[in-house]
Amino acid sequence: MADALEITVNGQRHRVTAAADTPLLYVLRNELGLNSPRFGCGLSQCGACTVHIGDRTVRSCVTPVSTVRGPVTTLEGLGTREHPHPLQQAFIAEQAAQCGYCINGMIMTAAALLKQSPRPSDSELRSALDGNLCRCGTHMRILRAIRRVARA
Amino acid sequence: MTPTTALASSRREFLKSTGAVIVTFAWPTSLGAQPARETSAAGVDAWLAVATDGAVTLFTGKVEIGTGVSTALAQIVAEELDVRVGRVGVIQGDTERTPNQGYTAGSKTIQQGGPPIRQAAAEARRTLLGLAAARLGVTPEQLTVDDGVVALRGDAARRVTYAELIGGRRFERAVSAPATTKRPSEYRVVGTSVARVDIPGKVTGAPSYVHDLRLPGMLHARVVRPPAVGSTVESIDESSVRDVPGHVRVVQEGNFIGVVAEREEQAIRAAQALKVTWHESARLPEIADLHREIRAASTTDKTVSSRGSITAGFAGAARTIAATYEWPFQMHASMGPSCSVADVTDERATIWCSSQGVFGLRGSLAKLLNRPAERIHLVFAEGAGCYGHNGADDVAADAALLSRAVGRPVRVQWMRHDEHAWEPKGPAMVMQARGAVDGNGRAVAWEYEVWSPTHSTRPRGDAGETLAGQLQGLPIKVPFIGGDRNARHGYEIDNERVVIHWLADMPLRVSALRGLGAPQNTFANESFIDELAAVAGADPVDFRLRHLRDQRAIDVVRAAASLASWQPRIGSAARAENPIARGRGFAYAQYENENAYVATVADVEVDRRTGAIRVRRVFVAHDCGLIVNPDGVRNQIEGNVVQTISRTLKEEVRFDRRRVTSLDWQSYPLLRFSEVPDAIEITLIDRRDQPSVGAGEPAACPVPAAIANAVFAAIGVRLRRVPFTPERVKGALHT
Repeated sequence: MADALEITVNGQRHRVTAAADTPLLYVLRNELGLNSPRFGCGLSQCGACTVHIGDRTVRSCVTPVSTVRGPVTTLEGLGTREHPHPLQQAFIAEQAAQCGYCINGMIMTAAALLKQSPRPSDSELRSALDGNLCRCGTHMRILRAIRRVARA
Repeated sequence: MTPTTALASSRREFLKSTGAVIVTFAWPTSLGAQPARETSAAGVDAWLAVATDGAVTLFTGKVEIGTGVSTALAQIVAEELDVRVGRVGVIQGDTERTPNQGYTAGSKTIQQGGPPIRQAAAEARRTLLGLAAARLGVTPEQLTVDDGVVALRGDAARRVTYAELIGGRRFERAVSAPATTKRPSEYRVVGTSVARVDIPGKVTGAPSYVHDLRLPGMLHARVVRPPAVGSTVESIDESSVRDVPGHVRVVQEGNFIGVVAEREEQAIRAAQALKVTWHESARLPEIADLHREIRAASTTDKTVSSRGSITAGFAGAARTIAATYEWPFQMHASMGPSCSVADVTDERATIWCSSQGVFGLRGSLAKLLNRPAERIHLVFAEGAGCYGHNGADDVAADAALLSRAVGRPVRVQWMRHDEHAWEPKGPAMVMQARGAVDGNGRAVAWEYEVWSPTHSTRPRGDAGETLAGQLQGLPIKVPFIGGDRNARHGYEIDNERVVIHWLADMPLRVSALRGLGAPQNTFANESFIDELAAVAGADPVDFRLRHLRDQRAIDVVRAAASLASWQPRIGSAARAENPIARGRGFAYAQYENENAYVATVADVEVDRRTGAIRVRRVFVAHDCGLIVNPDGVRNQIEGNVVQTISRTLKEEVRFDRRRVTSLDWQSYPLLRFSEVPDAIEITLIDRRDQPSVGAGEPAACPVPAAIANAVFAAIGVRLRRVPFTPERVKGALHT
């Protein structure tokens, strides 16, 4: 067992029992019981596992838990069903999901982008999302949902 | 409440905790708490239950694969039963709790799954009105219903609720008694864009997928697949994983191998570390020879349609042309690799999976596990979008074998490379067309041949239909399905012959990928009708209209042309001086020649220097009969368009002589945000007087030809081989 590793997730401090090189994704899902970061590729190619560390987006599938410096925020920490983040509200308003498996990454990436650039141009928005894959083809709605918040 | 205890709460609590419509798969934390139900479709009770608090539950064999049907089916129930949609929960795909409605496939959920549900709800309402009438001492005709409250017309004080009438009890009525369903003119819920019930949970991290299922005492597993197609195990060196922390067991059944560990990351490590010596050989063709080999294969031939005389038609023609079209192997490419959780003991097997057909899969698993189907309980839980038969069934078999071996619940998720390499692929195909026009600009002869294997190897009762079964050498019976879908076009041509050449084998596993053979055949048919229009000196839209007689077909073609402000043109206006060439193409199809009508216009830009194609705008007119949820249909159309642009421009499963080499998103690229169109515009033609037909696949069909025809308009060359990569476009420009 590794030395006592601790990480802060969604404002709560947690002691981690996983080995130091365990990808953050499995700690979040299996130790903390969070659902939103999703295993898509394990290769940092699709974005389904995206979380924030501080204000940065990070691919949790390739981030060893021992390297995490700073507070982790997941989709659950962004907002809840009762108190949704504006992006979560916008994705509901635009019905911007089909299967929804990629949506965590879309919202987390958009949230980081809008923090940095509250009114992105269309090409800025598209290029910020270019590393996030969606197989259902929900792209048009995802763009609409994010623009809805960017305009607000 | 920690997430773990939230999951451990009973289904009742789970239902209570959500305000909106509830779609739930049975979280298995109270395994004994969900008694088996009557699942024979003959009785109302198989479909519907009203709880003591008035909550309505629909039990359906159809399942949510990301298309929004759980919402649409809830709308149908709410409509017929006169309750608000928010009162209707949906239990899907459970071999002990829902009727068997076959596969959720082929865009048939609303079309074929909807009518029996509508009937059952209408029968339930009639039963409830009868009970209310007796209770209130009036006749059913004197009653009205509003959100499950039955009241005497004109005296709202005399009322009784559904919950009071039947809450917690059974209807004991047959659905076969034909209850009168509402007339579409009376609809208040069907036909409206009710918000999808699953989206709020999915955007806030609620447990939504089979991947999120966590059973007490559950272990994690990974599979270790052969390095090449057809490899066999020579030996396994178990000492190679002895030191992996948490490692529990290596499981081998023939050439099926899995590793089980306490933690997920440990299972992944063990799968990477396990040393297996395989015997492998070069069984696959050179990829460059694939389509030649398909054409040369021995086949079972069947005439799909025949009219007039081909010989006479060609003999009397003014111009005759021919063309061959090729389609590669493609993959479902689900964003989430397949996952399943199984709890298999000597007595019982319970398997949670995202199969599109839990009843068919149960039969296959019965053979694989060698136990009666009655002792196997399959429960659907959503997966990532599958778009057909991906690894969802296979991984259920994996989980079952691994759980049986260790005697504890096991969760298996495939790694990305497992999914890419081993999911059943959408088949490669060859389509060949010969056609002729007369001097009046009319098509007079059409000869079409398609070479295809089956497009469905779904589990229907053989163990060999699962990958684990195949790896154990178990046999599979392969029916011929789907290669002839839309092989026949929808035009009136006097002399016609359409033939399919069925291949018995394919070098890679194949099965149903969205639309089966319809997008490929429509690519060929709609490209070729465009080629005929050009030699006839006709505008592509006008040429199509000349040969259409079905008014709905004509309407949808006109609607798409109007939406796009189509300007008539003849041939290609290609001018070599523009480095960025622009063009617009048209295509039309009626899905399966008898379901939804779709016409599509694509506006493309072709960069002559790089060969890159960019689809800028797409216009779609769509007629799927009575629309249950317009926004749901729009979402499906947009998705079909984007996904099919991706398939047309980018996607080809690569392989060498031994194995699939497209193992990640770099080697199997999908369309990205910077590449999706600027806009997709849609006209829905709502036919309130016509039955609903499916909307999950039809809009995919015209997309490849609309793009190919637009490229022809832009640069004057015909692309007949998918995908239209920049290299192929440049090659076509320089030949």
